[in-house]
Amino acid sequence: MSSSRVRAGAAVGAAIALTLSACTSSPSPTATGTAGSGAADAAAPATFQTQHKGGDLKLLAKAAGGTLDPQVNYTLQYWQLYQAMYDGLLAFKKVNGQQSFTVVPDLAQALPTVSNGGKTYSFTLRKGVKFSNGQEVTVTDVAASFKRIFTVSSPTAGSFYSGIVGAAECVKTPATCDLSKGVVVDKGAGTVVINLIAPDPELKYKLSVPHASILPANSPPKDAGSTPIPTTGPYMIASYDPNTALTLVRNPSFTEWSHDAQPQGYSDTITESFGLTVEAAVTAVENGQADWVFDPPPADRLQEIGTKYANQAHINTLTAMWYLPMNHNLAPFDNVKARQAVNWAVDRNAVVKLYGGAKLAQPVCTFLPPGFPGHADDCQYTAGGGTTWTAPDLAKAKQLVQESGTAGMEVGIVTTDDEVNKSIGQYLQSLFTQLGWKATLKPISANIQFTYIQNTKNKVQISLSQWYQDYPAASDFLNVLTSCASFTPGSDSSINISGLCDKAHDATMQQALVTVRTDESAANAQWAAVDKQTMSDAVVAPLFTPKLIDFVSSRVGNYQFSKQFYMQVSQLWTK
Amino acid sequence: MTATADRKASEDSPAAPTPIPLAAVVTSPGPWGTALRQIRRNRSAMASLVVFFLILVVCLLAPFYASSIAHTDPFASNVAGTTVIGGQTVPVLAPSTTGLGLGVTPIGPTWDLTHYFLGSDGQGRDVMARLLYGGRNSLLIGFSAALLCCLLAGIIGVLAGYFGGVVDGVLSRLLDVVWAFPVYLLAISLSVVLLTSGVRIGPISIGAGSLWLPVLIIGIVYVPYVARPIRGQVMALKEKEFVAAAIGVGSSDLRIMRRDVVPNVAPTVVVFLPLMTALSMLTESALSFLSVGVQPPQASWGTIINDGLDLLYTRPAVTLAPGIAIALTAVVLNLFGDGVREALDPRARLRGAG
Repeated sequence: MSSSRVRAGAAVGAAIALTLSACTSSPSPTATGTAGSGAADAAAPATFQTQHKGGDLKLLAKAAGGTLDPQVNYTLQYWQLYQAMYDGLLAFKKVNGQQSFTVVPDLAQALPTVSNGGKTYSFTLRKGVKFSNGQEVTVTDVAASFKRIFTVSSPTAGSFYSGIVGAAECVKTPATCDLSKGVVVDKGAGTVVINLIAPDPELKYKLSVPHASILPANSPPKDAGSTPIPTTGPYMIASYDPNTALTLVRNPSFTEWSHDAQPQGYSDTITESFGLTVEAAVTAVENGQADWVFDPPPADRLQEIGTKYANQAHINTLTAMWYLPMNHNLAPFDNVKARQAVNWAVDRNAVVKLYGGAKLAQPVCTFLPPGFPGHADDCQYTAGGGTTWTAPDLAKAKQLVQESGTAGMEVGIVTTDDEVNKSIGQYLQSLFTQLGWKATLKPISANIQFTYIQNTKNKVQISLSQWYQDYPAASDFLNVLTSCASFTPGSDSSINISGLCDKAHDATMQQALVTVRTDESAANAQWAAVDKQTMSDAVVAPLFTPKLIDFVSSRVGNYQFSKQFYMQVSQLWTK
Repeated sequence: MTATADRKASEDSPAAPTPIPLAAVVTSPGPWGTALRQIRRNRSAMASLVVFFLILVVCLLAPFYASSIAHTDPFASNVAGTTVIGGQTVPVLAPSTTGLGLGVTPIGPTWDLTHYFLGSDGQGRDVMARLLYGGRNSLLIGFSAALLCCLLAGIIGVLAGYFGGVVDGVLSRLLDVVWAFPVYLLAISLSVVLLTSGVRIGPISIGAGSLWLPVLIIGIVYVPYVARPIRGQVMALKEKEFVAAAIGVGSSDLRIMRRDVVPNVAPTVVVFLPLMTALSMLTESALSFLSVGVQPPQASWGTIINDGLDLLYTRPAVTLAPGIAIALTAVVLNLFGDGVREALDPRARLRGAG
């Protein structure tokens, strides 16, 4: 969890990356800690509470999150902050709970009119919205921003936006990008029309993430790095030093136009300071010297937080999975029995313990997380049978290893080198040794592990990885992680880590993608069937759905958790 | 010049004027015997030696302890395991049951040698059993690396010092290159590279997870620190009359090195050995702590400290126990090394007395 929470999502040739926006699919409300100073209010106030306006919010992070450019940065750390700074034509609703999956108009006056068989989206731009430099937002800025996604080679340019007419060429040659037929604007009418080469029912989600932010037309045609780009939201960047701090102040040009899309913020300044260890940062929050720690608390502080500071802890289920991708093209996992053996053998409860306990994770044995669109309770690898996982069956796993003829083979497990990942890796090494393989553990830096395990040249047999949703659609898991389009041998951007490329499997997923245009529930049933088949083939071994702890200071109030973008920083108050 | 050197000088000289009385030769214990006698008289050195042997013996009994006393496999995860404390079956990794129920805490020291004497680590393994196994590996690596280092340094130092000129120039520059890197930076760099694919030198192949890999790495990075003083000593020896005499009578280089030079630098190497063992052991612990030394599921004192780092707040014993073991072993090896130095280098003793 720690690594995935801070890791930049990598560019993905046909798909995406990790650690993005996130959320919970739990049907229940999120916060479990009880409130101190209103810290765990169950619902956001319907209107702005003027009496809480002001003050300085002090955030801490172990390290900076990289570039400030919202069309380039792909870390949760800054995506969370961008929610209070940048806007797209659409936005995920900034509220608590399940409603945060709802897409609402942001810089657009209303949700788009869809025509031409789902291939044309028409928007009317909201009038009177200004950038933090005082300049009014125009359709020219909108057209320039879409073009800029390609000129700066945004990590999701190919995966999210290549369906726009002309975008495919822009991906290949960003310098000569021409989207004039894909994004058509009318300055007089203030309208924007997006033309697609094929219907894309997920476009509304893709237009609601920071990579689709609307920026001034004169923004640099390259990664802006540490230079702030003017914002449209309630905050703008006052200063940024990746070695010390990022400071946000109020945007003087901001006036709330939609409480759902972009609510007014409470604090006058928001400072995220870098450099403290997580251990020290937790202590600072306990002592009231800081208000929140971005990084997950260390394992040996959890009990203390859960007892002495329970009122300040907020636990939320995420729509994500920790899983073991197994290389279909490399022994021993080119043998389905070997893959099934892993699924039978792994004690999910043990792995959950290593993650931090049952309160912080839920064992799973389906590809789609519980509560996620397309998920259906089903478990093909649990002792005694049932629809949910209860216990491993080591005897069956050993038998499968023997039957597969892979006993005695060497198996390398690649994990990141942080505490939790490495400890799960050690457990797996011990387990695989029991199964009859010669297991070795290769913990490598979190900075490179995610790309390392994707590249087939590295001959990774099995790895520990995580996937956090980009947006609430089953395709974001199954299609992205198991389709031929996501498998690029020899590339660092081959998010189909298992290397599965099965045309029949792809065809089933394409059918579900077609169905979703007209019948979402029928499509979800199809995705559930795809999930079941995927698990029959034991493409991966799902481990658990993680939860997230937000540990805030005692003075913080109005904690709000968006299932899409996590804690809403701008909605915290400190007075 | 040491007594050995004097004796060799006499043997090699063709015109020894006065024969040594036979009785004197017979009754002399020789330089090594004298040194041994000196060490025996040195109480701190002998006490250190006893403590070191105790540590060694206890560590060597690790398999017996694990299999016959604690009945545990110190290399297998036991995350879902249980044990009995006070007649009650408890999970080795206990989930919190208070407050929000966050976190999982390994059981602490039971002070019962038959199970979890020092508690459990984050994988549910018996820390005491791992401490003993870790000690075996740490001591093995420390001693082997020190031996390899002294051997390589001895060869390089003698060759460079004896031949001088081009040979000295090339070897000294090689030493300079190694010396130019901070020890830990070089060791970490070598480890990161070699730990992914192992090393193959001609017919010798060392696997990526082998204990001999840290031995090789640590043995190499410290070579300049031992080779330099040996080279200097050999250069000084070369100017002595007995070496000049040996050259004068036409002795071969190999014979001179073997008969006149090596016996005179041997005490220096012997002095270095315990000190380098302590240093190598500390380096191994540091590398293992940084995950670039001994690889899991193998244990060393460094890896156990690393494992315990995440439990420092709740289970400090996991880190403290190997930390104390490392400190104690390093101290006794250094004290013993000082005793050896005093015994083999009378000038050092004189300096100490002065």
